Amino acid sequence: MSMLTIAMPKGRIFEEAAALLQEAGYQLPPELDESRKLIIEVPEENMRFFLAKPMDVATYVEHGVADVGIAGKDVLLEEERDVYELLDLKISPCYLAVAGLPNTSLNEVAPKIATKYPNVASTYFRGKGEQVEIIKLNGSIELAPLIGLSDRIVDIVSTGQTLKENGLVEYETIVGITSRLIVNPVSYRMKNADISKLVTRLTDTIAETAVQ
Amino acid sequence: MENNDGLGDKMSKLLMFEKPVGMRDTLPHIYETRRKLKEAAEQEMRSWGYRFIETPALEYHETVGDASAILDRQLFKLLDQQGNTLVLRPDMTAPIARVAASKLLKERIPLRLAYSASVYRAQQREGGRAAEFEQIGVELIGDNTISADAEVIALLVSVMKKSGLENFQISLGHIRFIDELFRQILGTEERSEQLRRFLYEKNYVGYREHITSLPLSSIDKQRLLQFLNLSGGIDCLDEAIKLVEGSAGSEALNELKTVYDRLKEYNVDQYVTFDLPLVSHMSYYTGLVFEVYADGVGAPVGNGGRYDNLLGKFGQPAGATGFGLRVDFLLEALEQLEEEEGVHCILFSNERRVEAIEEAQKRRANGEYVLLQDVAGVKDVDTFTQTSKNVTFFVGKSSNGGKV
Repeated sequence: MSMLTIAMPKGRIFEEAAALLQEAGYQLPPELDESRKLIIEVPEENMRFFLAKPMDVATYVEHGVADVGIAGKDVLLEEERDVYELLDLKISPCYLAVAGLPNTSLNEVAPKIATKYPNVASTYFRGKGEQVEIIKLNGSIELAPLIGLSDRIVDIVSTGQTLKENGLVEYETIVGITSRLIVNPVSYRMKNADISKLVTRLTDTIAETAVQ
Repeated sequence: MENNDGLGDKMSKLLMFEKPVGMRDTLPHIYETRRKLKEAAEQEMRSWGYRFIETPALEYHETVGDASAILDRQLFKLLDQQGNTLVLRPDMTAPIARVAASKLLKERIPLRLAYSASVYRAQQREGGRAAEFEQIGVELIGDNTISADAEVIALLVSVMKKSGLENFQISLGHIRFIDELFRQILGTEERSEQLRRFLYEKNYVGYREHITSLPLSSIDKQRLLQFLNLSGGIDCLDEAIKLVEGSAGSEALNELKTVYDRLKEYNVDQYVTFDLPLVSHMSYYTGLVFEVYADGVGAPVGNGGRYDNLLGKFGQPAGATGFGLRVDFLLEALEQLEEEEGVHCILFSNERRVEAIEEAQKRRANGEYVLLQDVAGVKDVDTFTQTSKNVTFFVGKSSNGGKV
C-alpha cells in the first residue's frame, strides 16, 4: 500500500494542525517544523508530510501530488480548487474582513480595494452590488490605505491587533475562517481506507476538544 | 508603413517556440504509446458492436455548445464569416447527440456509437492542465433498460483492462436517489439544488453547516447527514433504503442494485464501489452516474452516466447512456511508455544505392520498419544509428560496381 502524502501549511496554522494530528494518535516526529527537510517520512504511520506555503496547499492536493492537506477556508474560497473539503478542523479561527482608515468612505468614481484575496474580495463586493477595483498585494496589506494606495483592504483578522496598531478599523466581516481537511478526489477513492481512518480519528478528537 | 522596430513591440512579440496555454506537442515515443493504447481501446469497442463516427471540430455555440455538459466559460469561442458564434467542441457527447437526432436515429435503434477525438476546453488559470486532449468513449442511444447501463460500465472495465490498466476503480451513484431524498426532506426544488451544489463542489463541510442551519426536525437532519456516509460496498444500499420513503428513491436504489448484479454476471463487480453523494454535474445526468479513477492520476480518468434529456434538445427525445475516457490521463496511469518500434537502418553510399533500395523494399514488404539514409547526409554515423535496432551498410564499391 502506497504512503499517504499530507501537505501541511507553514507558519501560523502548522503548530495547531500538528498538535491535532498528535492528539488524534498519529506519531509525528517532533522535529517536523524545525527540520530543514522539505519532505519528512513517518514509516510507522505509512505517511509522509511536506510543508508548503498555506496558499499553495490546495494546489498540491488538487494536482494529486498530496493526497490530503490542511488548508484555511480563506485559501479554499480564494483558489476554488477541485478538492473534497471533508472536515472542519476548528483550528486557527479568524475571519476575513473589510478594513480601512476610520471615518472614511469609498471613493465614488473608482473605489480601490487592496487584498491578498482578489477572488474573494471581488465576489464579495459584486454580491453587494458595488463596483470596485481590486489591487492584488502579497503582504503587509495594512500599508495600502495608510500610504494611499486603496480606500479599503480585505484581509484576514485574528485578534484585530495588527489593524489597531496601524490605526485601521474594521468596516464589515465577510466570513469566518477555520482550517479544513481537504482531500484529492482520486485519493478519496483509491486510498479510502487510510483516509477514512484519518477522518474518523480527527472527527473524534475535534468532538472531544469541543466538549472540553 | 508603420515602424515596427520599437522596443515595446519586440518585447511583446511571441517567441517562436511558444504555444497557447494548455496546448501540447506529442513527441514520437509518446505518440507510439498513445497509438497502441487507442488501438487496443478502439478494437475493444468495435468488438462490442460499437461503430465509430467523426464530427467536425467546430460547432454552433447555440446548439452543441449550449447542450454540452461543459461549462460555458470553458468553451473556446470564435466567429464565422456570418457572425455566428462557433465553439471548438468541448466534448463528443453533444455532437453525437446532434448527429443521432438528425440522421442516425431513423436507422436502427438502439444505436451504439463510439468516438476517439480531440476535444477543447479553455483553462481559466495556470497551466498543468491540457486545453486540448483526446477522448475516447461510447454512447448507447435509445435504450432505457438497465442492461444498457450495465453494458456501458462492463465495456468501460474491459476497455481499461485492454489499455493495460489494472489498478482502477469505478464509483457509482444515482442522481434520482439524491433528487428524491432531497425532495422528500426539503420540499422544494430550489432548496434541493442549493444542497446538491455543495455535493457538486465536494464541500462536505458546507453541506453539514447548511443542514444545521435549516429549519428541519432532528430526524430529517440526521437523514441528510447520514447520506454523506453512503459510500463503499453494496451494503451501503441497505443503509440508503432506510433514508427514503416511498417508491421513487427506492426505485433508483433498485437500479443500482440491479446494475451491480449485472456487473457480477459480467464478472467485473470487483472494480465497482458505490458513492451515493457523487454529483458530477449540476443538471446533465438523469440516472446512474459514475467516475473512473486510476492510481497515480490526480483527476478522474473518465466518467459517464445516463443522460435522458440531451437528445430531446435536438428534437428527438431518447434515453442514452455512455462514457468518455481521457487518453492523456490513461497514458499518465500507464506509467511506462512503450518502447519505440525498432527501426532497421540502411546506410548507403551512392555507388550501391540501387542495392540498398531493393534491400529496403524487401524488408518493408516483410513488415519491417526500414529507414534508408544516404551516408553522405549524416554527420555522425554513431549518433544517428544509436536508436536503430539493426544497421546495414551498403557503402563503397561492390563487386559489380553498384549495378545489379
